[in-house]
Amino acid sequence: MSRFLAGRLLQAAIVLAVMSFVVYGLIGLMPGDPIDAMIAADPELTSEDTERLKALYGLDRPVWERYLAWAGQALGGDFGHSRIYHRPALDLLAERLPHTALLMGLAFALSVAIALPTGIFAALKANRFADYAVNFLCFAGISTPPFWLAIMAMLLFSVTLGWLPATGWPAAGDAGWLERLRHLVLPVAVLGLLSAGGITRYVRASMREALRQDYVRTARAKGLSRAAVVRRHVLRNAMIPVVTILALDMGALFSGALITEIMFGYPGMGALIYNAVMANDYNLALVGLLFATFTTLAANIAADGAYVALDPRIAFRAGA
Amino acid sequence: MSPAALAWLRFRRHRAGLAGAVFLLLLAAAAWSAPLIEAALGIDAESVDLFSRYAPPSAAHPLGADDLGRDLLARLLRGGQVSLSVGLAAAFIAALIGTGLGLLAGYRGGAFDTALMRLTDGVIALPLLPLLIVLAAVDPAKLGLDDGTDASLFRVIAIVALVGWTTVARLVRAAALAARAQDYVRAARALGAGSGRIALRHILPNVASPILVATTLSVGNIILFESVLSFLGLGIQPPAASWGNMLAHAQETIWQAPRLAVWPGLLIFATVIAFNFLGDALQDALDPRS
Repeated sequence: MSRFLAGRLLQAAIVLAVMSFVVYGLIGLMPGDPIDAMIAADPELTSEDTERLKALYGLDRPVWERYLAWAGQALGGDFGHSRIYHRPALDLLAERLPHTALLMGLAFALSVAIALPTGIFAALKANRFADYAVNFLCFAGISTPPFWLAIMAMLLFSVTLGWLPATGWPAAGDAGWLERLRHLVLPVAVLGLLSAGGITRYVRASMREALRQDYVRTARAKGLSRAAVVRRHVLRNAMIPVVTILALDMGALFSGALITEIMFGYPGMGALIYNAVMANDYNLALVGLLFATFTTLAANIAADGAYVALDPRIAFRAGA
Repeated sequence: MSPAALAWLRFRRHRAGLAGAVFLLLLAAAAWSAPLIEAALGIDAESVDLFSRYAPPSAAHPLGADDLGRDLLARLLRGGQVSLSVGLAAAFIAALIGTGLGLLAGYRGGAFDTALMRLTDGVIALPLLPLLIVLAAVDPAKLGLDDGTDASLFRVIAIVALVGWTTVARLVRAAALAARAQDYVRAARALGAGSGRIALRHILPNVASPILVATTLSVGNIILFESVLSFLGLGIQPPAASWGNMLAHAQETIWQAPRLAVWPGLLIFATVIAFNFLGDALQDALDPRS
């Protein structure tokens, strides 16, 4: 187990390092650069000033040299300052992190709460009308553009019915938890409903696979009732791959959270990263993207760990 | 009955898949005959008419007009052309890359295989949307590429294909790995066939149906990604219409004309779900075991 974990951690570190270089290079290729922005902001700058600034920020050096300098500082915990907020990029990210964690956590809980019972139900009713209906709804979930569902939800619940606020987040201090809850309903519902579709399909497929196994027939032959077989044998075995899929889905959930945050003006990390990319805020965009990658990789390792922990056969075969 | 006839029989039984295929054919026919439809109805996707801003549906504008008075139906058709082109082209290129790399990795094995699998692991683990946003924000001029009229179309296709090849690569690699040990491959080798010939003539036909299924399913996903990027202003650039960029201002115009927000979204939804049903039906038809 520990050797397996060490291997995965090393692999994740390599992916992270490669990703940081790729993103570092890509961000330098976005239109304009910070010096251009300074020139636009201050018409008094002379060409000597811009040369001096470029040298000061290291922009006259080749990209790999700049990357190594950045990576050296980053390893020491210094991810640089945000150009638009004039504050350490890491601090800004840390402020937004709880908001995103709250949104993703609630949406995840909602989608699992929908997907587990629905997927199990559909698998038990295989090839009956209820199964087809669930299947159709799942396809609808994975086929709906998230930003469009957000617009439609605002149209219905904010514009037409006026029940819920369309966008924004209550200012710190002056709002109770009820007001925050009201602002959370639509983003959580949109993100949770859309990711429920895919998860339900996995639960259903995994359940059907488990129902086909020989031990199910054996248990039935012993005289166990169908309900008891499902509860004791099928469910436990079917949930192992589902746990892995849930963790592997984190990347997709983060992508969905990013769009949801932008749509609803929710002060999370995704919206912060998007704004940083759009405003050429190199340091902030970089640390945001790396953090997102880091979280997904961590979720993947957790998935592998959970798989090994839940399925004794795998640990046995790996010899760990 | 031939295998093809059997597959067609199984495909026809998947009613949603059949409906999806019919819908997509009709949509493609309508989108690519947009110039004819526009001429017949006397509408135009790009002529701005400030007197008919937010015009409701009428004889002149069958579905109404947008915030610049352009005809909504004509723009939806033009947008359909763009969305379908992006989806099909990017899925096709991604399948080509994935098939090539997968065959190479599965058949050759060794260090290349290990490296490729680690790479696909890495790409699959990434949160795709932030990465696509950064890729889409890259300035082609800084890469020395020319910035022509269709540049945004080609750029979206290239970006999506660049991150979309991994599924097919893994499928093909697994299938090639399994086929390598089969008797027919060993027989071919004994007859003196080279690696290239074995890979293309003997292994590839056997992995064709999973490739087709995965690629069909990916078209829907790609159309979704294209719409998100265009919605954020990073995909297809106006004045060219795409369903995604038609929704870009929908949030502000939602009060005056909700129908501007409803139609493009409905079409994205219908097209993506049609591709997903089609892929599902193909899977049932081509892989009877599943």
